[in-house]
Amino acid sequence: MTATAVSVPQTATKEAKRERRRRGGWGNAGLLTPFLIFYVLFLIGPLIYDVVMSFFNTSLVLPGLGSFAGLANYRELFSDSRFWQAMWHTILFTLVSTPPLVIIPLFFAIVVNRIKHGQWFFRLAFFLPYILPSAVIALVWTWLYEPGYGLIDGFFHLLGLGAPGWVSSPNLALYSIVIVTVWWTIGFNFVLYLAGLQDIPRDLYEASALDGAGRWKQTWRLTIPMLGRTITLVTVLQIIASLKIFDQVYLITAGGPNYATRTAIEYIYDTGFTDERVGYASAASLVLFVVILLVSFVWLALVRKQERGV
Amino acid sequence: MTVAISTPRQRSAQEGTARSAPRGKKDWRANLFGRAVTGVVIALALVWLIPIAWTLDTSFKSENATIIIPATWAIPKLTFSAYGAVFSATDLGRWYINSAFVSIVVTVLTVITASMAGYALSRRRFRGKAFFYAAILAGIMIPPQALIVPLFREFQTAHLINTYWALVLPQVPAPIAVFIFKKFFDGIPISLEQAAEVDGAGWWTAYRRIALPLARPAIAAVSIFTFVWTWNNFLWPFLAATSQTMMTIPAGIGAVVSGVGIINALQMASAVLGALPLVFVFLLAQRQIVEGVAGTGLK
Repeated sequence: MTATAVSVPQTATKEAKRERRRRGGWGNAGLLTPFLIFYVLFLIGPLIYDVVMSFFNTSLVLPGLGSFAGLANYRELFSDSRFWQAMWHTILFTLVSTPPLVIIPLFFAIVVNRIKHGQWFFRLAFFLPYILPSAVIALVWTWLYEPGYGLIDGFFHLLGLGAPGWVSSPNLALYSIVIVTVWWTIGFNFVLYLAGLQDIPRDLYEASALDGAGRWKQTWRLTIPMLGRTITLVTVLQIIASLKIFDQVYLITAGGPNYATRTAIEYIYDTGFTDERVGYASAASLVLFVVILLVSFVWLALVRKQERGV
Repeated sequence: MTVAISTPRQRSAQEGTARSAPRGKKDWRANLFGRAVTGVVIALALVWLIPIAWTLDTSFKSENATIIIPATWAIPKLTFSAYGAVFSATDLGRWYINSAFVSIVVTVLTVITASMAGYALSRRRFRGKAFFYAAILAGIMIPPQALIVPLFREFQTAHLINTYWALVLPQVPAPIAVFIFKKFFDGIPISLEQAAEVDGAGWWTAYRRIALPLARPAIAAVSIFTFVWTWNNFLWPFLAATSQTMMTIPAGIGAVVSGVGIINALQMASAVLGALPLVFVFLLAQRQIVEGVAGTGLK
């Protein structure tokens, strides 16, 4: 520590006293305690409670844990086609939404970073939707997708085309939700990329320009490789965010038509709060939790590897 | 910020001069391509604003004007009646108060608890510190959405569903905020606190009087983010508030407004009203929000 390094013999006793104070005393634990209380009560505690309940037939309307179920909840879960269907929708949504949400903002950021005036306008346009509540986003897009009266149908009408049932067709509804999500959340990744671009040293551009690299070449050979860590970060954060999808689907299609868009969190919600089977829903929560955890570990491994590589 | 903004400008200017000298025709073509790409991005930025513009447009229409096929931007008669209708048909006024109360209390509690914990982890020495830090970092990976069932059960058992306790308490522990504060305290010199301790200041004074005032940028970032996240949170308030009078704006809009039937102008007016506080926050604190996002990059 710096403290020990600067200390001179005369102050050694004072230093030791101070050191002792920093090390011991109830103050240190005292500073950590308030956070730990909240952390244990509302994050770690519920997690443990979730694991416990997943082995019981706990009901929403009855007190206590209910009868012991052993692995029955898990057995039922893994043999329930509705659960796999909901997991598949979540994974499909993640697979379809992640590429545009990683690539489009990267393109926007590289172009906007070169624009000399009015960067604020792009930040406003792309980032403003991100800070709006999901409930507002759902109202806005339900109205945009509205058959006949909606603006998107109006646009198709203008082109002389008939419009498909954006959220009423089982084959299309999930993709319509992807469009909403791209519009809504692109700003977050856009800003992460802009920050990453600011960190690329300017002299690298000068050096490559002296080597005769054009703008196109610079983008491919310099900018994108230098953004490697940011791209990894954006990709993993995006996958985690997409796996947790619930709000916009629930509010726009309510998981329909005919469960065609029901996602993992909505399955948890439906089994836990509509069917009142809390124990069973806990088991489902835990499976989703493990999937998200695995993605996080893959990310950590990637970051470690990149750090060693650079 | 001025520095941060001017860097890319200077960079592109230098790029330009360094490049344009030895190149002729090819450069001109590259320039044209560059302009075309910029044009595309400008066009897309305008497209991005269309949903917001359309929402505003509809909210100023009379109900009859919203059911014209095909949809039109023209407003036959400008009216604010949809805004009045929102307040008389729903508890929106009450939801504003609930949202403001919950978001402010959560933000204050988060900043206090997380800054104290971050300070302890950065500056203090105590047994088990490495363990606590690892345990809190691991918490960043816990998705709160996956914990709605046990959390609801917890508050149900405590008979606190549909109270402010239920709305506020579970939103307070944010491990990421502890991480941000810890990193921030790691980055500021320790000498001031040492000087204070020589003068006999205790741990509380060192934290409260010396470290905290220096942490203003971290406090700003954590506050704005916590406020926006809490204000926007849908799932938990939707579950925890079972009566309309306890709902926050997103829960109220999700549970009530989308269920009032097809009243397009009213729904768009409530969307505008629900978005308004956040648009204000965004315009006031755009810089902190953008820098905060960049900061959560966990670089």
